[in-house]
Amino acid sequence: MYAKRSRFLTIMLTLGLAFFYIPMILLVIYSFNYSKLVPVWGGWSLRWYKELFQSAEVWSAVSLSLQIAVVNATFATALGTLAGLAMVRFGRFKGRTLFGGMLVAPLVMPEVITGLSLLVFFISLNQLIGWPAERGFATITIAHITFSMAYVAVTIQARLTGVGQTLEEAAADLGAKPFKVLTAITIPQLTPALISGWLLAFTLSLDDLVIASFVTGPGANTLPILIFSRIRLGLRPDINALATIMILVIAICVAIAAIIMFRQQRADLLDRQMAEREES
Amino acid sequence: MTDFTEDMFEPPQVERQPMIRLVMRRIHSRWRQIVTVIPFFWLLVFFLAPFFIVAKISLAELAIASPPFTSLIEWTGDGIMTIRLVFDNFVYIWEDSLYFDTYVNSLKISVTCTFLCLLFGYPIAYAIVRSGPVAKPLLLFAIILPFWTSFLLRVYSWMGLLADQGTINNLLIALGVIDEPIRMLYTEFAVYIGIVYTYMPFMILPLYANMEKLDNSLNEAAADLGSKPTNTFFKITLPLTMPGIVAGSLLVFIPATGEYVIPDLLGGGNVQMIGRVLYNEFSRNSDWPVAAAVAIVLLFILVLPIMVFQHYQGKAAEEQ
Repeated sequence: MYAKRSRFLTIMLTLGLAFFYIPMILLVIYSFNYSKLVPVWGGWSLRWYKELFQSAEVWSAVSLSLQIAVVNATFATALGTLAGLAMVRFGRFKGRTLFGGMLVAPLVMPEVITGLSLLVFFISLNQLIGWPAERGFATITIAHITFSMAYVAVTIQARLTGVGQTLEEAAADLGAKPFKVLTAITIPQLTPALISGWLLAFTLSLDDLVIASFVTGPGANTLPILIFSRIRLGLRPDINALATIMILVIAICVAIAAIIMFRQQRADLLDRQMAEREES
Repeated sequence: MTDFTEDMFEPPQVERQPMIRLVMRRIHSRWRQIVTVIPFFWLLVFFLAPFFIVAKISLAELAIASPPFTSLIEWTGDGIMTIRLVFDNFVYIWEDSLYFDTYVNSLKISVTCTFLCLLFGYPIAYAIVRSGPVAKPLLLFAIILPFWTSFLLRVYSWMGLLADQGTINNLLIALGVIDEPIRMLYTEFAVYIGIVYTYMPFMILPLYANMEKLDNSLNEAAADLGSKPTNTFFKITLPLTMPGIVAGSLLVFIPATGEYVIPDLLGGGNVQMIGRVLYNEFSRNSDWPVAAAVAIVLLFILVLPIMVFQHYQGKAAEEQ
């Protein structure tokens, strides 16, 4: 029970990992099934992949989702970084409690509430100023930025408290103006958090179904909206093929992000060891 | 000719430079305000303002118009403003047993799922903390990976397992355990599995972060003084991991209560949860005032847990 893992814990861990991965593995295996009925095995085949690549509907949904995800990730990273800086480095300011509250709330707010409120907001705005005339790319992107920036801000806040203020203070002592400190010290220090924040916002956007369904308009189908409309009626082998491709892409992205973070951590550790050696 | 126009329209260099310098100086002196105001303004407009509009609509009446609700403020004759607040929608929700039962059912499902996530997530998080330096990052990666994969597809993967002709039924029939397929998909059981499956990482990760900081010497001291492992667990480990338990439980409980996708895909029409009712009220019946009132009541139920979560988040941030 103490320093080592007990047998009970090992069993629970194994069961947990099996619970997590068996459904996904089956999903991938059945994507190579020739049969039209998903759970009935009809031999190995790439039939559904071929069908998937020939579907114009799927391609336009993928393209719309990727465009939204890239724009969202970029804006959410910028706004989330500013918000994180304000929360961690600026001490107390007017409205900080409200600001902090609005920043954390999207992390747990049920999606149906966020989606509904943004939709009625866009409709009211359209009546007031005539924009947005039609819902689609712009409204989904704005909705996604609003909840993704909260996740980015959390990542940035963690990194900012992690690296501390020593370097910033040193630069300020040497005569750097606050704005110079921000651009020359703080932002470079934040790079790993900026990358992981961007990737997080990107996947959150690609993943969102509920909020996008609320704020989208006719004709603007993101990939999750398309998938949902198909699987509502039951199992579909082409969706298994699509799922396999998405799992593969995400696994590669996460692996790259993990390697970047791991390298950064090691570099930080080396820096610290070097500094300690120089001191002694 | 060109020289002439340039002279005419370009302001002389001597005057332009102080202007730039002035702007730069303003950025230098006010950058903190600029940094704060931009995201603050964004959240005020796109996060807070929409809630007030929902609150406003919930107090209106259904009307055959676009958008389908009455205006709260009316100008009568001589510039007299009347404000009409209609609480009928809330009364309707309270009196109609369908809504009441749905709220209760949603809470029952989300509380049970939160407990199940804790029951299975706690030992898993503890097992990762107790793993060796090589296995630990790999195991953590294994827990985070499903969290990055599409939520929708993770739910879909269970449709294939639980269907009447699905993997589990086929396996059980092949093994001779059962003759007829057991109905699992489109039942409440499937909804429980779906929620526990998709929300488990939200329980494990805060627990892991909390347990990682624990000092093992306390456990060793307790053991030296003759405390049995179970006793040590309930007297030392469990109380010390309370912040992780609270954070993880709220991260599961709050979104699960309003869940729409899982009851829709895995519960079919047989499991009523409030997120699904809200969505249908809105998209199919287009009764916006009632949908808005349903959302406000849901928010009212969840406001306390959300505030507790924010409090813990703030405390955790300060401790770092």
